Amino acid sequence: MTVMEQRGAYRPTPPPAWQPRTDPAPLLPDARPYRVLGTEAAGSADPGLLLRLYRQLVAGRRFNAQATALTKQGRLAVYPSSTGQEACEVVAAAVLQDRDWLFPSYRDTLAVVSRGVDPVRALTLLRGDWHTGYDPYEHRVAPLSTPLATQLPHAVGLAHAARLKGDDVVALALVGDGGTSEGDFHEAMNFAAVWQAPVVFLVQNNGFAISVPLAKQTAAPSLAHKAVGYGMPGRLVDGNDAAAVHEVLSDAVRRAREGGGPTLVEAVTYRVDAHTNADDAGRYRSDAEVETWRAHDPIVLLEEELTHRGLLDDDTRTAARDAAEAMAADLRARMNEDPALRPDDLFAHVHAGPTAQLREQAEQLRAELAAEAEEAGAGTGTGSVAGTGSGAREGAGR
Amino acid sequence: MTTVAARPATMAQALTRALRDAMAADPAVHVMGEDVGTLGGVFRITDGLAAEFGEDRCTDTPLAEAGILGTAVGMAMYGLRPVVEMQFDAFAYPSFEQLVSHVAKMRNRTRGAMPMPLTIRIPYGGGIGGVEHHSDSSEAYYMATPGLHVYTPATVADAYGMLRAAIASDDPVVFLEPKRLYWSKDTWNPEDPPAVEPVGRAAVRRRGSSATLLTYGPSLPVCLEAAEAAREEGWDLEVVDLRSLVPFDDETVCASVRRTGRAVVVHESTGFGGPGGEIAARVTERCFHHLEAPVLRVAGFDVPYPPPMLERHHLPGVDRILDAVGRLQWEAEN
Repeated sequence: MTVMEQRGAYRPTPPPAWQPRTDPAPLLPDARPYRVLGTEAAGSADPGLLLRLYRQLVAGRRFNAQATALTKQGRLAVYPSSTGQEACEVVAAAVLQDRDWLFPSYRDTLAVVSRGVDPVRALTLLRGDWHTGYDPYEHRVAPLSTPLATQLPHAVGLAHAARLKGDDVVALALVGDGGTSEGDFHEAMNFAAVWQAPVVFLVQNNGFAISVPLAKQTAAPSLAHKAVGYGMPGRLVDGNDAAAVHEVLSDAVRRAREGGGPTLVEAVTYRVDAHTNADDAGRYRSDAEVETWRAHDPIVLLEEELTHRGLLDDDTRTAARDAAEAMAADLRARMNEDPALRPDDLFAHVHAGPTAQLREQAEQLRAELAAEAEEAGAGTGTGSVAGTGSGAREGAGR
Repeated sequence: MTTVAARPATMAQALTRALRDAMAADPAVHVMGEDVGTLGGVFRITDGLAAEFGEDRCTDTPLAEAGILGTAVGMAMYGLRPVVEMQFDAFAYPSFEQLVSHVAKMRNRTRGAMPMPLTIRIPYGGGIGGVEHHSDSSEAYYMATPGLHVYTPATVADAYGMLRAAIASDDPVVFLEPKRLYWSKDTWNPEDPPAVEPVGRAAVRRRGSSATLLTYGPSLPVCLEAAEAAREEGWDLEVVDLRSLVPFDDETVCASVRRTGRAVVVHESTGFGGPGGEIAARVTERCFHHLEAPVLRVAGFDVPYPPPMLERHHLPGVDRILDAVGRLQWEAEN
């Protein structure tokens, strides 16, 4: 049966024969965000999984701190931190198989790194030496998407294509609460449901779209409720409860893999840092509000659970912290090296082959750089425009 | 092999044939858009494709242009070659963000790792009595976006050859179909399509020595008609069909203008900010010492596309083209 046949025929029937196409009740999210940690359900959670998530959360927090510090040292142009949202970031990567695809937004560098992309390459966009520093096909991670929600239809299309080819591939797409107001969010949800594409949408509701709170963003009962209108299930989960996020996303991925179609997951979390290092959060929220969320921090919640179950000793804590410090030290050292800039990249990949006009312009830049180098005396080594053909792949951040 | 004789075929038939042949040649080619399946498209360009290849390869999508192009991007990421139909020029605008921010930039953003082998077919231009939003000439928007190729055929043979080339291209191509030429006819052999000029090169459609008309798409037949009428005035006009707006063929264009010494750019798109300004500037920069007169433009007025009963006043016609040719400072020669 083809994908299109599976969708079935639907033609309107005049009242009174009219019937809803499906029962909306099973699609509705829970009344409250789903929790595992601190509940009875935690007792059946796999200790190995909890400890693995703990180490990843500690490393993730350190990564966010290190990247933020790099902005202050001028090594990153900007960094939209996911501090406070680490549970969503690391679990989004953890629930996927190698063959699956991740579609991140600009705040999801940590998810990209958690998927296995080298941190320096993942930060290329934010360092500013190129737009994307990694080959998306190497770890099956789409480029970090800056235009909000525009990556969601890509995830749907990729998942749909994989299914048409008969491949067992799931796409997981990340978006924020602000992004759910964009038209592309709506169109992606609709296409995914109509095509029954194997895709999972994870909305990290961190409370703010830069400064604008959720109340000014939507009048929906919850963002998860939006799923019902598209005919897909909505799940509401505590985004700071790593075990709960893991369970809900794993269920959604399994469902997609088994041909059950898309799921919309809303994870309720909080953006502890400002929007970016360039933002002043004090203009739109109080310190007291932030403190409330610090008590509900993803690392704190998991530590409490692990301690309660006798799974967290000092050695485990120290080992997690040491590993995170080693990662940060390595990142710091490598980010402190100036990237080798390649001006020829400006022209090399605009088209498969350069147009006559771009060849002329590359020639112009080459001449300008040669004159610059001559003026500066000895060549600086940064001014080579080697050519505009292919073969210029090896460069900064790769 | 059976031989099918050349017979009159319309541009619409040639486009349909190109899609069919491309789909038969490469299973990665997928056609998608509004009404392209069961109906065969509002202009019937995709007629029969769903029946022959199945709805998974010729897909009626939800009515959402950003979603159509956005999902096509994801399909291209996975190795498919989507051919997207936008129903009308002005209905393509919701997909503009996907086009500019992703389709055009993905290859460059990823240093060549993630090409976008997409074709976006858009019926464009006026002259068919369409009501508002059905007759825009939107080519300047696409030309101004680095990373896109912009093709527009003006003949039946080019409609087939250029669409096949667009689909085979590893770059995204905005393929602008002059909708008032859909029913134009030429003798054409569908079993052995005539060779076309390589895409990216302009074609001299009429040789002449007095002045060059630079045009494309829907304005080509108008220019050829003007060139015939100009003989009565004693002018022997050359007519160049640009075919590909991006990449732009400076070489063929400039060779013609250097030979004739005079040029008029003709298109339906508005003059201000339209393609003609760029073309005139390029010609002037490269051919200044060969020019006997400034490069002139005959374009649509700088107004929103008119309602059907007024469109004949807006579209470049033979008289307006001849008026422009008459203003090319002929008296200075004496």
